[in-house]
Amino acid sequence: MFRLSLLLARRFSAGSMGRVILSLAGIALGVALGFAVQLVNQAAVNELAAGVRALSGDADLEVRGGRAGFPETLYAELARLPGVAVASPILELEAGLAGGGTLRLVGLDPLRAALVQPALFGDEPGRRLELLQPDTVYLSAAAAHLAKDGKLRIVAGLQAVELRVAGVLPASSLRGAAALADVSTAQWRLGRPGQLNRIDLRLAPGADRDPLRATIQGRLPAGVHVATVDAVEESGANLSRAYRVNLNVLALVALFTGGFLVFSAQALEMARRRGEHALLRVLGLQGHGVFRLVLAEAALIGAAGGALGIALGWGIALAAVQLGGADLGSGLFRGVQPELMLPIGYIVAYWAAGIAVAVAGAWLPALDAARVPPAQALKAGHGERLFERAATVAPGLALLATGAGLALLPAVGELPLPGYFAIGCLLVGGILLMPWLARLAFERLPRPRQPPLALALAQLRGAPGQAMVSLAAIVASFALMCAMAIMVASFRESVDRWLSAVLPADLYFRTTHAGESGWIEPGFEDQVRKLPQVSKVEFLRSQRVLLDSGRPAVALLARDGVEGSGASRFPLAGRLYERRDGDPPAAWISEAVADHTGRKPGERIELPLAGKRQPFVVAGVWRDYARQHGAIVIDRDSYVALTGDRRANDAALWLAPDVTPDQASRALRALPGGEQLEIAGPGEIRTVSLRLFDRTFAVTYALEAVAVLVGLFGLASSVGAIVLARRREFGMLRHVGMTRRQVGGMLAAEGGLLAALGVGAGLVLGAAISLVLVYVVNRQSFGWSMDLHPPWLLLAALSGALVSLAAVVAWFSGREAMGMAPVRAVREDW
Amino acid sequence: MRRRSFLALPLALLPGQARPAAIAYPAVTPDFRPDFPRDHGAHPDFRQEWWYVTGTLATPRGETLGFQVTFFRARPDITTDNPGALVPRQVIVAHAALADTRHGRLRHDERAGRASLGLAGAETGSTRVWVDDWRLDLDRNAWLAKLAARDFAIDLELRMTRLPVANGREGYSQKGPAPEEASYYYSVPHLAATGGIESAGRKEAVTGLAWLDHEWSSQILPPGAVGWDWIGIHLEGGGALMAFRMRDAAGQTLYAGGTLLSPKDITRALAPDQVAFEPLRRWRSPRTGAEYPVAMKVVVLGREWLIEPMMDDQELDARSSTGTIYWEGAVRISLNGAVVGRGYLELTGYWRPLRL
Repeated sequence: MFRLSLLLARRFSAGSMGRVILSLAGIALGVALGFAVQLVNQAAVNELAAGVRALSGDADLEVRGGRAGFPETLYAELARLPGVAVASPILELEAGLAGGGTLRLVGLDPLRAALVQPALFGDEPGRRLELLQPDTVYLSAAAAHLAKDGKLRIVAGLQAVELRVAGVLPASSLRGAAALADVSTAQWRLGRPGQLNRIDLRLAPGADRDPLRATIQGRLPAGVHVATVDAVEESGANLSRAYRVNLNVLALVALFTGGFLVFSAQALEMARRRGEHALLRVLGLQGHGVFRLVLAEAALIGAAGGALGIALGWGIALAAVQLGGADLGSGLFRGVQPELMLPIGYIVAYWAAGIAVAVAGAWLPALDAARVPPAQALKAGHGERLFERAATVAPGLALLATGAGLALLPAVGELPLPGYFAIGCLLVGGILLMPWLARLAFERLPRPRQPPLALALAQLRGAPGQAMVSLAAIVASFALMCAMAIMVASFRESVDRWLSAVLPADLYFRTTHAGESGWIEPGFEDQVRKLPQVSKVEFLRSQRVLLDSGRPAVALLARDGVEGSGASRFPLAGRLYERRDGDPPAAWISEAVADHTGRKPGERIELPLAGKRQPFVVAGVWRDYARQHGAIVIDRDSYVALTGDRRANDAALWLAPDVTPDQASRALRALPGGEQLEIAGPGEIRTVSLRLFDRTFAVTYALEAVAVLVGLFGLASSVGAIVLARRREFGMLRHVGMTRRQVGGMLAAEGGLLAALGVGAGLVLGAAISLVLVYVVNRQSFGWSMDLHPPWLLLAALSGALVSLAAVVAWFSGREAMGMAPVRAVREDW
Repeated sequence: MRRRSFLALPLALLPGQARPAAIAYPAVTPDFRPDFPRDHGAHPDFRQEWWYVTGTLATPRGETLGFQVTFFRARPDITTDNPGALVPRQVIVAHAALADTRHGRLRHDERAGRASLGLAGAETGSTRVWVDDWRLDLDRNAWLAKLAARDFAIDLELRMTRLPVANGREGYSQKGPAPEEASYYYSVPHLAATGGIESAGRKEAVTGLAWLDHEWSSQILPPGAVGWDWIGIHLEGGGALMAFRMRDAAGQTLYAGGTLLSPKDITRALAPDQVAFEPLRRWRSPRTGAEYPVAMKVVVLGREWLIEPMMDDQELDARSSTGTIYWEGAVRISLNGAVVGRGYLELTGYWRPLRL
């Protein structure tokens, strides 16, 4: 062992330090990204769970309705059920603030909550009784700054209501931006007389939870569900699962690239040290000793890189949480202020992953170094051995076929795992095919006239093994980069086109910016219809309904005038069903709803409206990028007929001839209550939406940049290494009369040719992977379909940049290598 | 007077420190004459009211249990145009406790709710008060107390054997030096209790003696008072003794009073200078750190009565319903070294001053 460490120490000497540092950085980056994503998400999920727990307290069961809720008499009925010890009635809504923004307003009965959720009030019991006062709220610590002069102004309908702030709760009791009020205050001030949307139940000792739960479910109106608190907590974590897994996979890609750097560095190192290893073998070190030595070296790099990555990841997570909260741009954890925790398990896991990846990267080179007979190795010219085995086509083709097959499989546990594996197979399969492809490509190229170019081509034909390492690095990183660029661009372009399709009117106004507490009364609606500036107006009522207790609520959009012209109003995906006589009213479901319910056009779907299951016929499936958990559009006339709810939330306006949007806005604002409306033109909405989109993908962009960076590092390092290893060759070339310029040109041509091949292959491979990302991974993760829109210009620019960079790096390395006198360089060749 | 009242209704009913009273509560005046059964029912206009049952029970195996069942009604000081059914116009709070020497300390539970949707309420005309499935009803001449707490269940019939005793001046009971610091207050001692107590999964038939207090008021504690001591004792031979004192922050008596009932139904109202309380032994709660004088010398008309608790730990943590912690325990009373009665001792304001 001592001997081994001595050898190791020698190997990390100055000469190879640059490559070691590069490999180390690659590993560190991968580990850091994965670890940071994990930390931030864990913090957010913990925080969310703690919030659920704080509000659920000792509750055993939770009854939840959608946004529309249920009548308060249900509370009385459940409270009287044998086996129910305490029932705590709650009306919780996202309430709009008069100054903009929203906060969660939790209306509860403090007397009941004290028995079910004792922690809510901290250790100040007087707060409970104070809360019985009408129009009084307690703010959560995170919402404390929203009080102005001891008042909180919220939006109810189109009015602003002033509530008295009795105090601020300790941070441990109520999470996020929230306010507590008495349930009667919430009902009255939010315009929900007699309505609740949640009941927490504490069961009597000895009551059997599951039978009781079934009994309760049997008494609930349609759209209201009962679940255990654990299940509610879990669904909070599930909310972000797909997003989190997606980010983790991106981090894995970074780690993979890091591993690849180790591979390329080690492979080159092995080639360079062939003689040294052979000498060690001759001196008595066994073949497996060399193998161990190389792996130990890689493990050391992995350990150091992993440790660095853990520290870096912690820093990134800290910065991310402080700058942007915990939602990583997903918008799922708004208002959550998490605390990072250092989980020792994850530290060990990610550190181990760093080591494992490094060791895996060095495995093949180590095996090769151990197997070469020393006598053969002492002779020059066997650097290609490593890739001889890989030059067969079969494994690569098999992997590509496997990848294609995997891409056709459905999601596993709602995660697109086969899709991710397909990407892995495609990537590795593509890389394995590179030696064969390189031979094919370089053999076919005509020999150029200019000596430097001819020499470059001859070099590439003659020793493709060395070049393969650089080539693989280029292909891997460029393929991933392209895939991601194509996916994001396709998504963005699809969203852009979708926005144009869903925003046909001249002007829009809405109350939904005020959370769930804004609405438009029929009287206001009539006033808008009568405005001379408006030629046509369509109103929309948005609700949330629970189709399934295990899923988040689905948006229900009741729109004016969809019955006749529904098809043209939103972008349909797939065929349209023509309603026939005797069919129930039509519903257009978004792709997410279609995926979860399995409904197709022409089939029936039951929607819980006003506590009853109402049959609808699916008239079509439409594409909705706005609501990840799904949306259903129905005609507003049917909605009003079934529910009696005549309120509206949003409206689309078509202006009279010669009326500017500005004039129409002013007219709207002048209406009583109009100052609470948010009014915007389609252009503005589009800009804001795309900005939001970019924010959501900020993390993806960042990871993409890292992939590019790692790819460039890899390229630079391997090209540089090849050049350095050939110093004696340059000396010889100078001796036979080539100028420094010509040698430089030869190297640049070599690098450029290599990069061109890598970039071409990477483009093809990346395009294939992007298909998997667009049509499989995204579709299965988020339920969004999109059209393919490759960013041609960007891809061309990137390709050009990469090829030129390779040429420049090769040329620069050559200059450095030729820094010494030709005589000395040749002398080095013993 | 059942000072526990004050426990029950801390902030909600009281004007509070800063806010002027929004509701004009009826005043307690000396010209009151009780009218039964109407006055067994609720008086919802008044700020606060309680029905307080305490007693000692014997199991078939001869063990002694103490029990307490209390229903508080409060009318919070709120005015609103909100027509909703859930507006807390009346609030009902209930406490139940079981003192069982086999268990070592008091077991208790509580319920609270607004009088909405029929889930809680207090009716007028006769006693009928409930929170969820905890209830106290007057059925002809017997109160029925029925409730299931977390660790025990009580199901008792409390039959009247004596007429109600009006405390103070015909039921007008002064609590402080000023005439408006008063309540309407009557007691019904010597209730014959029969029924069942369920505890640790075992149901036992019990018989015993219970005491009901019914008191309502719109008044606050006298200024400077932080709490009170109170006893309600059944004396052997058919007599009864109720006595109380209001304490200030230094532990000094601000006001005192009581009623002595002879076996022949002759009542004697006790003036402030005829009642004195003197702590003999203190017990410190390991949970809250509060110190209670669980053994007391009570001097009534010059006679020294010694009060000893059935067990020391009879502290009741009612923070989640009424926001306070107090001691309410079964006690024995002795005169000249001989045990002459059993009853209940209540000690409030020892954890933190009652904020009224």
